[in-house]
Amino acid sequence: MPFVLSLFRLTLLAKFVCYAIVALGIDLIWGYTGILSLGHAVFFGLGAYIVAMHLKLASLGTVLPAFMKTGGLDALPVFLEPLRSGPAALILAILVPVVLAFLLGFMTFRNRIKGVYFSILSQALAWAFVTIFIGMQAYTGGSNGITGFADYFGMSLTAPLDMVKLYYLAVAVLALAYIGSTWLISRDLGKILIAIRDGENRTNFTGYDASRYKTFIFCISAALAALAGAPYVPFAGIISPKELDIAFSVEMVIWVAVGGRGTLIGAVLGAFLVSILKTGVSETMPGAWLYFVGLLFVLVVLCLPKGIVGGVEGLRTHFRRCLSGAARAQADS
Amino acid sequence: MNSDALLSLRHISVEFDGFKAINDVTTDVAPNTIHFFIGPNGAGKTTLLDVICGKTRPSAGDVTCDGVGSLLKLKEYEIVKKGICRKFQTPSTFVNLSVYDNMRISLNRDKSVFGSILARKRYMDTKKIHEVLHLVGLDEKSKERAKSLSHGEKQWLEIAMLLVQEPKLLLLDEPVAGMGGRETEKTANILESIKDRCAVAVVEHDMEFMKSIADSVTVMHEGAVLVEGSATDVMKNEKVQEVYLGRGEANA
Repeated sequence: MPFVLSLFRLTLLAKFVCYAIVALGIDLIWGYTGILSLGHAVFFGLGAYIVAMHLKLASLGTVLPAFMKTGGLDALPVFLEPLRSGPAALILAILVPVVLAFLLGFMTFRNRIKGVYFSILSQALAWAFVTIFIGMQAYTGGSNGITGFADYFGMSLTAPLDMVKLYYLAVAVLALAYIGSTWLISRDLGKILIAIRDGENRTNFTGYDASRYKTFIFCISAALAALAGAPYVPFAGIISPKELDIAFSVEMVIWVAVGGRGTLIGAVLGAFLVSILKTGVSETMPGAWLYFVGLLFVLVVLCLPKGIVGGVEGLRTHFRRCLSGAARAQADS
Repeated sequence: MNSDALLSLRHISVEFDGFKAINDVTTDVAPNTIHFFIGPNGAGKTTLLDVICGKTRPSAGDVTCDGVGSLLKLKEYEIVKKGICRKFQTPSTFVNLSVYDNMRISLNRDKSVFGSILARKRYMDTKKIHEVLHLVGLDEKSKERAKSLSHGEKQWLEIAMLLVQEPKLLLLDEPVAGMGGRETEKTANILESIKDRCAVAVVEHDMEFMKSIADSVTVMHEGAVLVEGSATDVMKNEKVQEVYLGRGEANA
């Protein structure tokens, strides 16, 4: 498939692959556990920022990035020093978002903050991070973000063949994330998450500490978002506060809502479909996307509350019932 | 008060914003008995269950369990692990899971996050689940989603979910509310047949149901213990008749 696409289309498709990884995480926390996080872009963006910072530093060698110089720094801040190393950057790109998710999850879930209050808190987190990242221009590149990296761990971002390789890398990460999530859900853990979603109180009284389960799955979900951020960087070419934004966080939720929450394949499907639709709409009618996505969300909530996958499943059982009914009628006559 | 009690409540008081929902209640539940808490609405029966299972903290008094000690410092799920399991008034099964899976996650075992990821299907577990499901008459429906069960079946499933945890004490809040005569009878049979496994404490309005299976009864009124004794003793008691039958002899 990548060989018949132009580099531009390949780049888009690769981004969608990354989105699908995020969608898996959203589905675990929202679809299975019933916790609506409206700040997942923070985890995705943080992962992407850390990788982008490494690429920037690596491509410049000992020279300081321009935004740091204009920001008044004359040496690399100590806390960014580890990002000179590639492996360290990759580890931190996952670890930092997970630690953040753990802190947020631990404090909110243990204090039994749930439902809409948690959603608002997660949104406030996204807001805070956007503000911080714009404000700390000397460290983050401000609203321009970080851009201008030539290669990605030894692969050239201008060589088409290397981009195809990177695309396959992203697909491989998606496949692994999908298999891993499927495995996790197939364990008893999956049933307990659904139990928490449907009756948290009852789950506590069955002897489970629901808050620990919620914190755990929130961390896994953040890890998936961060994991998607790493391969996203070479295809985006620029990482800015837009990647941390609330609007992006909400879009992530819409992917899963459209695809069908509570089914992993639905989450992946939704991420691709909505993103393809977004590209199509934005290319033909620039600026109309926001109206479109609003309409889409309303339509899905009203007509397909279980998303596309849920709708298809509903139709299938309906037909099966009709068929078995017809067969019975025939047998009777 | 006997010393071989399974559960002992000592001078329990519960206050909600100055209102005394329970006032100095002292009582015992003996092992392998069915103990009823009855009384008119607002007598504090459900609050008493809340105190035992850790949902509400008393403002005074102590709850102790044989072999465990005081329950007051434990969290809900820790109390459950000590073998005191609670069934709520409305059926609360996990509706989107199958009957079998409802039972499976109720099993008494490692309930940590990593335990739940690494747990394997063991023959003994499956056997136990089917044995308990058989006891409440739901073995044939083990593959159905809990959603599709009738009201009565959901209540039995919930009792089965508690039983499979091998509790020392079952707390049941109005288990026969909303049940028809035949369902009530079946529930009575189920409770009778589990007495040799654990003690059962029941909060109930239904006097007929109580009479049919109660070993001992605590009558509560306005947050305090009115009388204690066997079902027949309690029914004969004048104070109980007054509280129940009518604040006036006109009805008698």
